Amino acid sequence: MAIRERLSGNEAMAVAMKQINPDVVAAFPITPSTEVPQYFSTFVANGQVDTEFVPVESEHSAMSACIGAQAAGGRAMTATSANGLALMWECLYIAACSRLPIVLACVNRTLSGPLNIHNDHSDSMGARDSGWIQLYSENCQEAYDNLLMANRIGEHPDVLLPVMVCQDGFITSHAIENIELVEDDKVKEFVGEYKPEEYLLNKDNPISVGPLDHFTHCFEHKRQQAEAMRNAKRVVLEVSAEFAKMTGRSYGLFEEYNAEGAEACVVVLNSTAGTAKYVSDQYKAQGKKVAVLKPRLYRPFPVDEIAEALSKYKAVAIMDKAESFNAAGGPLFTDVTSALYAKGVFGPKVINYIYGLGGRDVKTDDIEVVFNKTLEIAATGKVDSVFNYLGVRE
Amino acid sequence: MSCNKELKTVSPDVTWKEITKGGNIPWAGNAELFKTGDWRSMRPVWIEEKCKQCLLCYPVCPDTSILVNEEGKRVDFDFDHCKGCGVCVKVCPFKAIDFVEEK
Amino acid sequence: MAYNLKEVAKKPERLTGGHRLCAGCGAPVVVRQILRALKPEDHAVIGSATGCLEVSTFLYPYTAWKDSFIHNAFENSAASISGAEAAYVALKKKGKIKGETKFIAFGGDGGTYDIGLQSLSGAMERGHDMLYVCYDNGAYMNTGIQRSSATPKYADTTTSPAGKVIPGKMQWRKDLTGIMASHNLPYVCQTAAVGNMKDLYEKAEKALYTKGATFMNVLAPCPRGWIYNTPDLMEINKLAVETCFWPLYEIIDGKYIINYKPKNKLPVVEFLKKQGRFKHLFKAGNEYMIEEIQKEVDKRWEELLRLAGEA
Repeated sequence: MAIRERLSGNEAMAVAMKQINPDVVAAFPITPSTEVPQYFSTFVANGQVDTEFVPVESEHSAMSACIGAQAAGGRAMTATSANGLALMWECLYIAACSRLPIVLACVNRTLSGPLNIHNDHSDSMGARDSGWIQLYSENCQEAYDNLLMANRIGEHPDVLLPVMVCQDGFITSHAIENIELVEDDKVKEFVGEYKPEEYLLNKDNPISVGPLDHFTHCFEHKRQQAEAMRNAKRVVLEVSAEFAKMTGRSYGLFEEYNAEGAEACVVVLNSTAGTAKYVSDQYKAQGKKVAVLKPRLYRPFPVDEIAEALSKYKAVAIMDKAESFNAAGGPLFTDVTSALYAKGVFGPKVINYIYGLGGRDVKTDDIEVVFNKTLEIAATGKVDSVFNYLGVRE
Repeated sequence: MSCNKELKTVSPDVTWKEITKGGNIPWAGNAELFKTGDWRSMRPVWIEEKCKQCLLCYPVCPDTSILVNEEGKRVDFDFDHCKGCGVCVKVCPFKAIDFVEEK
Repeated sequence: MAYNLKEVAKKPERLTGGHRLCAGCGAPVVVRQILRALKPEDHAVIGSATGCLEVSTFLYPYTAWKDSFIHNAFENSAASISGAEAAYVALKKKGKIKGETKFIAFGGDGGTYDIGLQSLSGAMERGHDMLYVCYDNGAYMNTGIQRSSATPKYADTTTSPAGKVIPGKMQWRKDLTGIMASHNLPYVCQTAAVGNMKDLYEKAEKALYTKGATFMNVLAPCPRGWIYNTPDLMEINKLAVETCFWPLYEIIDGKYIINYKPKNKLPVVEFLKKQGRFKHLFKAGNEYMIEEIQKEVDKRWEELLRLAGEA
């Protein structure tokens, strides 16, 4: 029997962590993820978990301690946002190449500068090449569910990679929603125990981790790591299927909403997808069909499946809550269009909207601008502007 | 401390499928297989007759090339690893270590 | 049990030969002796910051470490080992780990005095049951002898070269041992590989087996960077101690104890004249530099005596 609760996104993630009961949590506060280690330290102080909480003096040390803990043979988790993630940047790469399945709750906030505590995706997007598996969450329920699945995905022997679960800072992290929790014992059984083959604390078989790796062998290590990332897609689906059996909540690589009969599609991550789905329903009621595709697994990028899903549309608008400053579109745009081209899908006209930077609010009428443009392109086949901004004062 | 397991290493032409995960090495101390003895341009010579087994030499060796047996006595140099630095030569109070050119 | 060189000699070697440190390097000498202080039945998880020690002892696919070893990055040796220690505490409580494991983080002066200072301070402040050892060779040696805050004043390094206008590094050495003493640690010490290694070994033993966060600052001469005759390693160590350039002392629960007071304190010039990095100090007109260094060494020595209640 599921437990019905009312929790904010941060609290939901903290509760998931409590139920997972990792060996080590090493975290440093940064808005808006601060509440995660705060809630968690209360669990520790009240003896509700067996975790060693390490109140590190910076995020760089948070990830360093997680690396030490995971390599030692324990399960390590942390939480951060924005510049905290940026500060641990070199360690993210090291965690991934050392094949340590650390789990990180990323409460998305814009990277400085300027200093801004609100939501956009520049932080986790900045880490998209770090080798971490990335799962994005639209709401508190998804954040909770994704976090429960993260250890199983990362620790799978074909994967052994760290996982970050993202949700929008303030928008969902601080918004209380109705949520269904899984019972403690079910979580325990689902997540299972961490049983690494090699670990520092193994007295009978000591190991050395983190070599100087010259060009004689480095490429092979990287290639092996890349293969693990490729395997992650299959493992995400397997774990999600198992999760669905346990909870009745089904998750795939992405969610497709109102796709039936639509010629236009809007691709968007996290909470804005929720707003987009609402607008899509409104449009549907008016006889206008615009599908919403919400990626869940962003790293590895599901090239085949996304290309296949989008191939049926005449017009696709990709919304990015991050600016790559590359004069070539946001991260989601570049990944999707490269997938389409790689799979020979030349049908849909694709445009980009960069929106919501620095936490600029995205309302339904903003979404309607995107919907209308996409419908127009689907009808006329004409694109007047590929790269666009939504919501900035021109 | 690990028991003495068979030391192994990874070949220079190992494929990506076979290479050790994450760059880990599970054969602790396998650097022993790497011979640094060919770094030498000078070589220490142990003059056993002069050696009083004071053992001041074994700890100053950066390359663990002066080993001590179970009876607590030093044995001849490990020339597979000795780099010919000469630190032990200087340290010996009995001039029981000579320092000659390596051939 | 009193230190016995012969008895200690029989203990297992935990750092093998076959590493790529320079011939005559002072660092592995120090590491070998510290590891020797471990009880043979204890497992160790050893970390090292990026630097000479790490790149030379773990160059894929060879590792010179017989215990478990982790290298993470340059500035986080302390943080990484603190995480491993936390995992150990958690797993031991669950009954998953048997026996004693000791945690040792190594870092050069680069990875400790400078870029690693934050993570060192954090780990020590949190009181993890671990030992941090700084092998101080007085510069960023691995990257080519650049100055660090541990470099002695007037030393010639590649980023503080002794030039026509500026004669080498212009700042005094940072007193890291003093900084660590202010962290409320149960055991802090400064030591070097001298004589029969008694000072180094006994301090390592104390540091390893005192519960809580402990710190050792150990001198590690570098024949490349200091430019001295390679076989003279032990003499260089000795001169550093006999001139009081590198005093041997401990701070146990806040109490200062000087372990060695030279009967005949040698003038610091005896230490300086052996090293090429101080060659320019011996040019005519540069006498003031040696005088300055002597004054500073004396000042710090007097201060140490005062702290130990021996002034």
